[in-house]
Amino acid sequence: MTMMTASEDGEAKAAKRVAVDFKTLGPALALLLLCVIGYLLNPAFASEGNLTNLLTRSAFIGIIAVGATFVITAGGIDLSVGSMAAAISGVMIIVMNNAVETLGTGVPTVLLGCGLAILLGIGAGWINGALTTKGKIEAFIVTLGTMGIYRSLVTYFADGGTLSLNFDIRGTYRPVYYDSFLGLPFPVWVFIGVAICGWLLLNRTAFGRYCTAIGSNEAVAKYSAINVDRVKTLTYIIQGLCVSFATIIYVPRLGSASASTGVLWELEAIAAVIIGGTVLKGGYGRIGGTILGALILTTIGNILNFTDMISNYLNGTMQGLIIIVAVLLQRSDWKFGKTPKT
Amino acid sequence: MLWKTTLGMMAVTSMLAFAGPAAAEDKIKIGVSYPTPTHAWAAGMNWHAEQAEKRLEALHPDVDLILVNSSDPGAQASALEDLVSVHQIDALVVLPFESEPLTDPVLNVKKSGAWITVVDRGLSQPGIEDLYVAGNNPELGRVSAQYMKGRLKDGDNIVVLRGIPTVIDNERFDAFMAEIEGSGINVLDHKHANWNRDDGFEVMQDFLSRFPDIDAVWAQDDDIAIGVVAALKQAGRDGNGMFVVGGAGMKEIIKGIMDGDELIPVNVLYPPAMIATAMDATVNAVKSNGPVAGRYILGATLITRDNAESYYFPDSPF
Repeated sequence: MTMMTASEDGEAKAAKRVAVDFKTLGPALALLLLCVIGYLLNPAFASEGNLTNLLTRSAFIGIIAVGATFVITAGGIDLSVGSMAAAISGVMIIVMNNAVETLGTGVPTVLLGCGLAILLGIGAGWINGALTTKGKIEAFIVTLGTMGIYRSLVTYFADGGTLSLNFDIRGTYRPVYYDSFLGLPFPVWVFIGVAICGWLLLNRTAFGRYCTAIGSNEAVAKYSAINVDRVKTLTYIIQGLCVSFATIIYVPRLGSASASTGVLWELEAIAAVIIGGTVLKGGYGRIGGTILGALILTTIGNILNFTDMISNYLNGTMQGLIIIVAVLLQRSDWKFGKTPKT
Repeated sequence: MLWKTTLGMMAVTSMLAFAGPAAAEDKIKIGVSYPTPTHAWAAGMNWHAEQAEKRLEALHPDVDLILVNSSDPGAQASALEDLVSVHQIDALVVLPFESEPLTDPVLNVKKSGAWITVVDRGLSQPGIEDLYVAGNNPELGRVSAQYMKGRLKDGDNIVVLRGIPTVIDNERFDAFMAEIEGSGINVLDHKHANWNRDDGFEVMQDFLSRFPDIDAVWAQDDDIAIGVVAALKQAGRDGNGMFVVGGAGMKEIIKGIMDGDELIPVNVLYPPAMIATAMDATVNAVKSNGPVAGRYILGATLITRDNAESYYFPDSPF
């Protein structure tokens, strides 16, 4: 019970603190700083084309990271998302290619593929959740296992090579990635939609509070009459659903899937969540921060492509440094304001 | 083809019938060991190895080719031991997972008296293999650069997308830069796209935002080239004589060249079918009266519309 009040309390305070808290502003400041550096290195960084590219690109990791925020807030972890995305893309492509004869190359086939992706995502998420809660295996091990399974499945489906979407379906499906509405590409709209739903779910519903409570202290949550298994399984299902959305906008980009699709997306998603201020061991989650985290990660890669000042071999070093500094900025004690105890 | 196979089968059966149990032992056994295919190029290699096995066994009824693929260097070392102890191979064709950890295991096979053919990735100690079959990485870079020089003029701008930071990538890149030098063509920048479509797409998007004037792209690899083309089309900069040079010989790209694609007009070969070359040569080493031992470095052939058809394998996964 005490945990519940503490977290509700913290939430109320957080609402008042927004304007001044360095913890909340940290990721935003880091992103701003990166953008200034990018602009100084090359003014073309701020061109409309590049900013659109940046936003569209961060949609994949961003959408997956919104799901990961729920899993991590509830004290879990999901390492399987990158492989899951690859496997879902693979199955989508195979099914859509085979549906050409019966459904043609128009919208119905694409809808079939998208619907299937959503079902697969929910199913894969449920498997992770059920194995973690009913199977009583640590989430790290469960999702490490499913990560290997999904990755090798896509290799198997593709016969070791690359699965390619039928050329005519690609024509129908292509606008989903490349076309815009009100100046913003569709993937960005999906990203915004997922982010708003995620924020409402985490901050404005009982489910969101249950996630926080379970992440803070699972035993206490259980004694507080929260159906812990159900809530935890739901977080993995949300994660799976987010992976489906990311896949649905990923496939039309290049129309292909292979064993190298989505490699390391799980780590990028987790990094985005942590940069955003969510606590890795659970109990405190921030969707807004996660979105900034995803933008920061994409921006780093973008900036490194905009300059030849840093050796190509040191790209990983720069990314690592910026991630650590971004988290350091919001965690260490020298900042202003009080941090919520988590 | 069917006739050949049937004839081959008949030959095998009749031979077995005459020679009885001794025939199985008299067969010349050749082990073929390579990494488990996890990417398209390796899957193509696997396919070509299987094709060569069928073809060679039909052609030489007394030759038995044993194909084994392994998922890591340790497994490959064990597979080599099995080939010697269980199958008692007379010759080995091996594409080592990594040079260092497999040098000793291959040396042990050599000590059993078997002929050794090493493919693509050399061993870390010279003189073990009887035959070395490989593609030519520096040549791939040089041929690509030569084509660029033929198409572009003094003052034109190109960008380069590189592979995964490895010796292979360095050899290709250094040879490319050496050939370009002094031609007046500006290499605006080079970034690693890790032989990956998604990375190729993103790196090219950034190059396009950063450089308003790009005349051609060296993508080094076909997967990268596919990403590059998607980025060019997205930005609407795929016209005005823009072209992309990839490499390796992926079937979709070869098909495009046959159909006269202007964006990817040529390809430089680094064929996964080299495993078949090695298998052919190894069978020759056993069968032919001509000497085979030595080094067999394949050319990095420039594939154009004129010769593309002979490099097109529609059934291969690559």
